[in-house]
Amino acid sequence: MAILQIKNLHVSVETEQGKKEILRGVDLTIKSGETHAIMGPNGSGKSTLAYTVAGHPKYEVTEGEILLDGENVLEMSVDERARAGLFLAMQYPVEIPGVSVSNFLRTAKTAIDGEAPALRTWIKDMRAGMDALRMDSSFTERNVNEGFSGGEKKRHEILQLELLKPRIAILDETDSGLDVDALKIVSEGVNRAKAANDFGLLLITHYTRILNYIKPDFVHVFVAGKVAEQGGPELAERLEAEGYDRYVNA
Amino acid sequence: MTTATQTANSGAVQHGLIEHSHGYGVPIQTRNERIRSTNVADFAPISTREEQWRYLSADRINGLDADALSEYLGDISAKHPDSVTTQWVGADHPLFGAAGVPEDRVSAAAWGSAEKAYLVTIPGNSESACEVQLGIDSESDEPSALHLIIDAKPFANGIVILDHKGKATLGENVEIIVGDEANLTVISIQDWNDDSVHISAQFAKLGRNAKLRHVVVSLGGKTVRVSSSTEFTQPGAEVEMLGLYFADAGQFLENRLYVDHAVPNCKSRVTYKGALQGERAHTVWVGDVLIRKAAEGTDTYELNRNLLLTDGARADSVPNLEIETGQIAGAGHASASGRFDDEQLFYLQARGITEGEARRLVVRGFLNEIIQQIGNDEIQSRLSASIEAELARSNS
Repeated sequence: MAILQIKNLHVSVETEQGKKEILRGVDLTIKSGETHAIMGPNGSGKSTLAYTVAGHPKYEVTEGEILLDGENVLEMSVDERARAGLFLAMQYPVEIPGVSVSNFLRTAKTAIDGEAPALRTWIKDMRAGMDALRMDSSFTERNVNEGFSGGEKKRHEILQLELLKPRIAILDETDSGLDVDALKIVSEGVNRAKAANDFGLLLITHYTRILNYIKPDFVHVFVAGKVAEQGGPELAERLEAEGYDRYVNA
Repeated sequence: MTTATQTANSGAVQHGLIEHSHGYGVPIQTRNERIRSTNVADFAPISTREEQWRYLSADRINGLDADALSEYLGDISAKHPDSVTTQWVGADHPLFGAAGVPEDRVSAAAWGSAEKAYLVTIPGNSESACEVQLGIDSESDEPSALHLIIDAKPFANGIVILDHKGKATLGENVEIIVGDEANLTVISIQDWNDDSVHISAQFAKLGRNAKLRHVVVSLGGKTVRVSSSTEFTQPGAEVEMLGLYFADAGQFLENRLYVDHAVPNCKSRVTYKGALQGERAHTVWVGDVLIRKAAEGTDTYELNRNLLLTDGARADSVPNLEIETGQIAGAGHASASGRFDDEQLFYLQARGITEGEARRLVVRGFLNEIIQQIGNDEIQSRLSASIEAELARSNS
């Protein structure tokens, strides 16, 4: 059982115009097995929340706390957070020239588990994950994210979700830039990984489209750096019909 | 002065790679007007006011700026198939001077001081590539001169590995003759001990449809400078010039390249990559490409990238492209020096990989792009191991 608690989180970034507060008191609790969707208009701070939990150095926490099973996440380095069981599927995964996917995945798995995976089961798991995500086997020989299409980048993120088995997973706009077929494949991957590992899932999205494939237990509407409204899946349906105007203009 | 230079000094705030401003660099003088002579007296004393010595001061070269050097007395071990011959010949041999003329003072001093040359002859019409390994194992740090000639006959197919190691203060000239239709790879590895100084000028002359792959790997030595030039004499030839260097604290590693497109329809590709770590680690890359009026249909591209792993290191990168004809197939250059890309580190760390391991992965990947192109398994694994050793040092 894992529990991620975000309490009164305030986050700022440095901009050319000086320091700017993006998150203004976010409260959120995610437990194993739960799926939370965070929805909101552009610029509302959704991605900032994701990157702050993962520990990106650009974001400065000025107030509040993040706890994983009661442990202070803010004191952990980026890699310590990952090893503690936090996972962020990125919206824009970066290229790592000269580093093959297979080398990268094995290095990450070894780091997360604290020991190298047994070769035979590892290759089997990797193949199975790639097959399920309809990724060609030649994929492992390519350099990480180099020349990947948008869809390939997202599949690669979800492959990592399946292989690294986190306790809390944050998906940052994993649905953006995917056509319907790719969205379905990626969503199935997320559901499969969640069924297998029972992680807590925080799904960040601009659109309700992905919620047709990944059913949320809770929906939070993010506006101007905090949760403006929360509810069950019905809230997503209402957003689908009404959009964000009601919040933005309020 | 419109050559593009990037310098990343300590304290500079950089994020990712900094691209240099584009546009064709115009050197101070046109490249082919530079003094070329076998007589050391024709060159001015070494000074950082001279373009060739702009980055390298005379006090770093252990006396190689003398007018005369002693003859190289170290060992040259040779391993090669029977079809290849290796022998010492006199400086009056007809091939002495067949591929080049010195363009700097140390090269001229070494040229005039060498009374003999080590000649490697690769016969034509060999079915598979002849591999020649030359171990240049020096044990003396007395300023000395060495002259090598590699003669790849027409239709030859060979690989020559120049493996420089030990203790040396060496001025060296390497002449590389690539005959018509020949296919030659020359790999020059500089892995000297910490106090060594090595200034090498390597001249390649390519015949019709000849192919040369020239690889320069500089890892060890206090001061290592390799000037590599390629001259096309007949149409249809191709050169690929690859370079890899890794400078530690206090090391100075310089590469100066010159590709002279004097005839039509030749192709050149230059790709050099370097990593730097530690206080006063300094690398210099100068890439001159000249496309003369007659060289229609030229296709050229040169690239240099540097990765600065720590503060206090400095990488200079200067591409120069001179074009005297518009009738070309393509001409371009790229140069960038930068620190670690923070986003790459974040991505790897977000997958549980420690910062140190993430840095090693990125550097390994960065340099692997060159290593993978060398085309010799033994050298590739040896270089990978050397890079691992360098990276292990960075972790201590």
